[in-house]
Amino acid sequence: MAKPTQPMLDVENLKVRFRTLAGPIEAVRGVSFTLGKEKLGIIGESGSGKTMTGRAVMRLLPKSAEIIADKLQFEDVDLSTATERQMQSVRGRRIGMILQDPKYSLNPVMSVGQQISEMARFHLRVGKREAEERTLAMLEQVHIRDPHRVYRLYPHEVSGGMGQRIMIAMMLVASPSLIIADEPTSALDVSVRGQILELLDEIVVSRGIGLMFISHDLNMVRSFCDRVLIMYAGRIVETIAASELENARHPYTIGLLEALPRIDAPRDRLAVLQRDPSWLEPTR
Amino acid sequence: MQSVSTENRLAGLTRALRKLATSLVVIATTLFGLLVITFVVGRMVPTDPVISLIGPEADQQTYERVYRMLGLDQPLYVQFFTYLRDVLSLNLGQSFITKNAVTTDLARVIPATLELSTLAILIGGGLGIPLGIIAAVRKGSWIDQVARVVGLVGYSMPIFWLGTLVILVFYAWLQWIPGGGRIDIYNEGIVSGPTQSLLIDSIIAGEWEVFWSALHHLITPALILGYASMAYLSRMSRAFMLEQLNQEYVLTARAKGLPGRTVVWGHAFRNIRVQLLTIVTLAYCGLLEGTVLIETVFGWPGLGQYLTSSLLYADMNPVLGSVLVIGLISIIANLLSDVVYRFVDPRTR
Repeated sequence: MAKPTQPMLDVENLKVRFRTLAGPIEAVRGVSFTLGKEKLGIIGESGSGKTMTGRAVMRLLPKSAEIIADKLQFEDVDLSTATERQMQSVRGRRIGMILQDPKYSLNPVMSVGQQISEMARFHLRVGKREAEERTLAMLEQVHIRDPHRVYRLYPHEVSGGMGQRIMIAMMLVASPSLIIADEPTSALDVSVRGQILELLDEIVVSRGIGLMFISHDLNMVRSFCDRVLIMYAGRIVETIAASELENARHPYTIGLLEALPRIDAPRDRLAVLQRDPSWLEPTR
Repeated sequence: MQSVSTENRLAGLTRALRKLATSLVVIATTLFGLLVITFVVGRMVPTDPVISLIGPEADQQTYERVYRMLGLDQPLYVQFFTYLRDVLSLNLGQSFITKNAVTTDLARVIPATLELSTLAILIGGGLGIPLGIIAAVRKGSWIDQVARVVGLVGYSMPIFWLGTLVILVFYAWLQWIPGGGRIDIYNEGIVSGPTQSLLIDSIIAGEWEVFWSALHHLITPALILGYASMAYLSRMSRAFMLEQLNQEYVLTARAKGLPGRTVVWGHAFRNIRVQLLTIVTLAYCGLLEGTVLIETVFGWPGLGQYLTSSLLYADMNPVLGSVLVIGLISIIANLLSDVVYRFVDPRTR
């Protein structure tokens, strides 16, 4: 496990609240964590607030959402008070975001090259030619063999794995120091998953950046991340080193682990998670 | 690398040609259908083409001679083929009101209508599309409400009524706008250029007084006609845009740190261009129908007025010729939009 470095992201008591006709709904109910140059996994079931936590950091929530936090500090920027303009220089430039399915997350009517070089032109203020060169170099860095050809392709002409490489390349052009990957491999074939994870790992380690890896795949997070936050109903129920996951103490985490099938020891019938209403209470 | 791209381009060209051939077949079929309809309508109306020609006073002998001359004694399918041959050789018969060949009349009235409808669609699209998009981006804001009211009024107010109202207020009472016609009488016949559009021709000729006079006459009917299509176009573009703004790639664009303007116009807008093209074409065809009403209200010497006045005198040749032309313009507009959208959407290439 990489030793925790100086945190670049410091979140304290983050709440995300949606105003609805039926009254306010809290999707995230007081989440605190720090993130350094490490691979931090955030794991939880659908609706546990993991995606909302990631989006709150980038302030990319719908208008009906309200972000409340005691502290939401990214490097020298206070994300909770930053103006929209300041956020634009954080998004993409200093925090990158990788979404689930490149089939939907890339613009269907813009060529791959256009979409990547737009980042370079906008954030690095370079000219057209320079942006194109940087794009080609970036495509090469994500192990795309024929960058000149891929540059001209449209999203519908590339495979899912290549689409995700393109997404990663796009988010790396401006050299952010933190990447939020929201289920980046869920839409991919199992065989391609490994390659994308390897690529992410290579990038995070070689560039020395932080990664927030949002997933619902316990096994993947266990083998890929350094540290894991387990979320349940908008709260973090447990924070644990990935290697220590076997020794988890919270009953929810233990329940999740019990419910996993294993390849080496056949199991009769998988345990079903027995939910306890007390998990909904704040731990502190 | 080089050879691959040349090969690709060749393959693309072949595909484009094949698609063009397909569209031509479609056009030919549509046109044939249109001709069948005009032919049938022409035979079914209870007017006697012979009497239209010779008048009710003529004797029986003349009547029968003309009857045979027009080929009306032939079986129906022969008549149809004669009609087909005539149309293809641009012979649409003669108007008994104007005493001109219908084609001559059409050549005079079509430019006036095209000028009016083109300006109207430019107004309708130029205002309606941005209004709809801004309304979608600022959903629920005051501008969205304004767009809603504008759309509702445009949908629900018939243009002939709006036209009459405008003439009453701005012509009769306030005298801000000129009355009917394309141009003031003392400016008439000064320019006659290649495009037959008074606006463009007067610019080419450098006759600015004529230009302003023509614009002055054109702008009110064009605004009223354009308003109707603006209502439709703004509602549709709002709906298209709302759909796009919920897409994942818009989230990506925002996550890239792009300013809102770039997200909307650089990313989302690109994705609705095909849909917009389709509805603009539809709106344009609808607008041609609208010209029939607005031209009558404003005394605009175009296709619509020609059609209505001929219709009122049961002068069938001009009516059928006009219907044919309106159909043809619709077909051409659709073909054009088909061609353009291949350039706009990479997925159709």
